Amino acid sequence: MTNVNGENKQPEKKDIAKAYGKYAKQFTPKPSYFANCLKAFIVGGALCTLALWFQNTLIDTGVSEKDAGTFVTITFVMSAQFLTGIGVFDVIAQFAGAGVIVPITGFANSMVAPAIEYKKEGPVLGVGAKIFSVAGPVLVCGISSSMIVGIIYWFIEKF
Amino acid sequence: MVYKKVGNQSVIFSEKPLIRGRGTVVGQKEGEGPLAKNFDIILDDDMYGEKSWEKAESKMLKEAMMKAVNRAGITEKDIDVMLSGDLLNQLMSSSFMARDLHIPFLGLYGACSTMTESLVLGSMLIDGGFAKNVLVGASSHFCTAERQFRMPVEHGNQRPPSAQWTATAAGGVVVSSASDVALCSSAGQNRIRVESATVGKVIDAGIKDANQMGAAMAPAAVDTLLNHLEDTQRSLDYYDLVATGDLGFIGKDIMMDLLAGAGLNKKMIFSHYDDCGTMLFTKEQDVHGGGSGCGCSACVFAGHLLKEMEQGKIKKLLLMSTGAMLSTISPFQGESIPGIAHAVSLEVE
Repeated sequence: MTNVNGENKQPEKKDIAKAYGKYAKQFTPKPSYFANCLKAFIVGGALCTLALWFQNTLIDTGVSEKDAGTFVTITFVMSAQFLTGIGVFDVIAQFAGAGVIVPITGFANSMVAPAIEYKKEGPVLGVGAKIFSVAGPVLVCGISSSMIVGIIYWFIEKF
Repeated sequence: MVYKKVGNQSVIFSEKPLIRGRGTVVGQKEGEGPLAKNFDIILDDDMYGEKSWEKAESKMLKEAMMKAVNRAGITEKDIDVMLSGDLLNQLMSSSFMARDLHIPFLGLYGACSTMTESLVLGSMLIDGGFAKNVLVGASSHFCTAERQFRMPVEHGNQRPPSAQWTATAAGGVVVSSASDVALCSSAGQNRIRVESATVGKVIDAGIKDANQMGAAMAPAAVDTLLNHLEDTQRSLDYYDLVATGDLGFIGKDIMMDLLAGAGLNKKMIFSHYDDCGTMLFTKEQDVHGGGSGCGCSACVFAGHLLKEMEQGKIKKLLLMSTGAMLSTISPFQGESIPGIAHAVSLEVE
């Protein structure tokens, strides 16, 4: 029997891949989403509370609110960089996940980790070229999408 | 001319090359695992006194190769050709190792299947009469593989439960012509011969997630094993142990289920099959899906399995190193992961 459209009646490659993917999934343990979320919430929350307490303490000692905010940011970035440098940050992140990745500590880590890694390839073509290898794509996409949102906002305001 | 091919993709060696020497070097984490006592050198520091991880891996491979040569009771000059490979771009570890050794060298890339790929080709060279002594080996290093295929080591990304841990390990084996038998005089040890081999096909089941290596490679391992058994007219229990390279905990489960689905006896699979990636580490070592990398099957084979054979605990072994043939760019181009597995049958004389 010939198929009028010349189509192959056998299951397509895509369908096999889909079926196998589904089959393989039943053997794969799922990440414990609830426990991970809880850990991230506690650690991330604690970090933010600490930051706020630190900022308020600085304001109490007479620092302006803007300067206090900057000072807190610098301290957090520096701490994350230091912890990355001594090889502790990835251990904490393995536990806390988004709790330390979403705050600015994650950004600091994503810059320092490739910087350490590519030190051997030299300051320009190693560190210079690779320092943004993790943070770069996030920045490009983040800034691009904010531009699109900005344009949409501009149009809405105009009309 | 004796034609040695049997069935579709297997060869039975007529001269049955001898395993004459073996050497292993492993990293710290592997040295804390259940097979620690079987390795020749366990590193305190995964940099191995070198300036970069790549150079450390290269040195590990060199030391493992030299250990194998020494244990064989020969020198570098007796080696006719050396076959080795690793996971790095342009085979950096192997080529840089060969730069120091002055042995004719052929570099191989079979991803994590390189140990059996080199063993198959080495045995063929011997059995074909092209060489008397061949040095084969493979290596991998957690840090070099991570930075090339995934993220910088210190980056704080959370690993999913299916992700596997690239073994920091190197293994080398000297395969020799059986006509040199008189030269092999390791008293009290069993002689091990390479009996047959099956060259695997690349099989792609469509897995795209690079954290699902075991699932991506399992169909290739099943295909090679079933073809080997058919070509050689054997049953699974002909072997005391069938060991895949680095399917890990998840891949091993899939492999066992697929074999059972192909009609093999479940009990037989359970008692005759294991995976090097699950043997090298315990689950408590936080390796998630188990060990992987060229070094995984290389060190488990050269360190643990060959030792068991020398002591007569395993008489017939089928080693099947498994490889995931993805490149550093293919996942970004939306490509799925092709898998491969080569099988080598070894027997105690």
